[in-house]
Amino acid sequence: MRWVQDLGATALRFVDDLGRFGLFTAQLVRALVLPPPRVRAFVDELYKLGVLSFVIITVCGLAVGMVLGLQGYNTLARFGATNSLGAVVGLSLLRELGPVLTALLATGRAGSATTAEIGTMVATEQLDGLRMMSIDPVHFVAMPRAAAMVAVMPLLAALFTTMGIFGGYLIGVGLMGLDGGAYLSSLESSVDFRDDVLGSFVKALVFGALTGLIATYRGYTSAPTSAGVSAATTSTVVVGSVTILLVDYVITALWGV
Amino acid sequence: MTRAPLRDFLVGCFLLLGIAAMAYLSMRVGGLAGGPPGGFTVFATFDEIGGLKPRAPVVVSGVKVGQVKTIGLDKTYRARVEFDLMPTVALPVDTTASIVTSGVLGDRYVQLQLGGDPETLKNGEDLTFTESAVILERLIGKFVHNVGVDKGAKGEEKD
Amino acid sequence: MAFGSRPVFRDLSCRFPKGRVSCILGGSGSGKSTMLKLIGGLVRPTAGRVLVDGDDVTALSERDLYRVRRKLGMMFQGGALLDSMTVFDNLALPLRERGEPESRIADEVHDRLAAVGLQDVDPLLPGQLSGGMVKRVALARAIIQRPVILLVDEPFSGLDPISTRRIEGVLLDVNQKFGMTMLVISHDVPSTLRMANWLVLLLPERAVEGEPRALATGRDAEVVEFLTSSEATSAA
Repeated sequence: MRWVQDLGATALRFVDDLGRFGLFTAQLVRALVLPPPRVRAFVDELYKLGVLSFVIITVCGLAVGMVLGLQGYNTLARFGATNSLGAVVGLSLLRELGPVLTALLATGRAGSATTAEIGTMVATEQLDGLRMMSIDPVHFVAMPRAAAMVAVMPLLAALFTTMGIFGGYLIGVGLMGLDGGAYLSSLESSVDFRDDVLGSFVKALVFGALTGLIATYRGYTSAPTSAGVSAATTSTVVVGSVTILLVDYVITALWGV
Repeated sequence: MTRAPLRDFLVGCFLLLGIAAMAYLSMRVGGLAGGPPGGFTVFATFDEIGGLKPRAPVVVSGVKVGQVKTIGLDKTYRARVEFDLMPTVALPVDTTASIVTSGVLGDRYVQLQLGGDPETLKNGEDLTFTESAVILERLIGKFVHNVGVDKGAKGEEKD
Repeated sequence: MAFGSRPVFRDLSCRFPKGRVSCILGGSGSGKSTMLKLIGGLVRPTAGRVLVDGDDVTALSERDLYRVRRKLGMMFQGGALLDSMTVFDNLALPLRERGEPESRIADEVHDRLAAVGLQDVDPLLPGQLSGGMVKRVALARAIIQRPVILLVDEPFSGLDPISTRRIEGVLLDVNQKFGMTMLVISHDVPSTLRMANWLVLLLPERAVEGEPRALATGRDAEVVEFLTSSEATSAA
């Protein structure tokens, strides 16, 4: 019956880890309100997490929008409702695909970069060095990165969604010959600010916070070896992605009320 | 502290683009901003609006001139709809508003058929002539019912 | 003292003389680095106390530890410099965190760099420095706040004999100039014997402390062998 024991041990380790994650989050939130405000570091992180993700987000947004345009058109054509393509593309992107796909892409690109950076700092004793200089590593290293991730996510999601709508337009109007005005007006008339757009931003903010916290936590707790850093980076992507998808369900269910 | 002016510039550009995208989605797509500036409002009462939603387009001769702002019930439980219209539109007081469907299964929108009266509607006035929405199910139901009645009648004649 | 279930040492008790250079010697895995980390409060012992200038660091909260650490400086084995910042910014960091004015900071930074024999390295990144230079910058950073106690972890690791001698000289200069208590971990016995005023030897079963001369010529055979045999020099 070894497997029962192992399962129990794994469950306990999971709860343990979750607890430590909670404590880390509390430390990070506390660090947010403590001086000094690390503006320079925050702006640097905006660059690393936001600007460097710009290309991948816009290109993927365009691609997803175009796919939605194609698939949407094919399905709607069966019901003679192709004029609603704008609504289909827009709503799909705003409610789900925009924030979720952006968060997944950001976790993969920016999240793993952050974890690797912090993990390497652990391995080279830089965090211990900071502690010995009476500088809190959570405040100095983790806080600006997590804060930047939260700030960047809604912006990236908005860019993704906008490029997606444009992609749908390219396919629907450019390729399939729909009326541009019909596309845009069905989009505008079926999207409600509170339900759809606001929900989109809220999701992006929550995902940004999750990704920021998970990426910095994993880097912070990584084993001080190159294998450890690699494992931590993988964990960020895996755990981050699963968490995003699960939390997505929760938000969708609650917000839709 | 290491200064990096190029980085800061790129971050600024990124923030601008991101905020612009958010603004576009909020206002153009989501309709956060109110009606067009200088636009005016008219009302119309219908027996049945059949799935008309706020922000549905208001159309004259196929061109969008405004959108549905709010939908409510009046004292006699008929549907009272408020339209936001562009300032350049002048509607005669005998204009008819009908609720039509875009395609067979499409969204509902409001079509305005202009009348001939020289007097035009002012801000906040009501349209007199309205045509309610046609509900597909009732049409089919009526058809089926009529067919049944015919058959019944024929059956009686034979007997 | 144990990490998880792995005991590093037990019943260790020693004192370090103020203002002098003390060296901690021992084979690999004997717990030398752990001792420094205990003093710095980076790890906590499973049992016992560590007194730093009167404060028991084992009993302090993280916030109080930051107060005590202001009296400490630590030179890490790998330097532990922040690799995304220039040499100047690395040295200036603790001062800036304290809110010191920039004019004073520049003076302090250049003073310390001069004390370790470095010039014109301000704008360089740690990745652009040689091994010996990294060590010296790390030392400069460790003393930037004029600590009372300086902890030095393996200053000679990875250096050629000439650089080793140079670092030795720098450490002694710093001790002379600033008068701080220095604790140096090393596996290089000859350098240690030259530098140390006081020795702590971590042997497999016990710890021995005393004056280097006395230990090297004393009657404790194990100690003498450790200090004079060439194997000790290559133990890492």
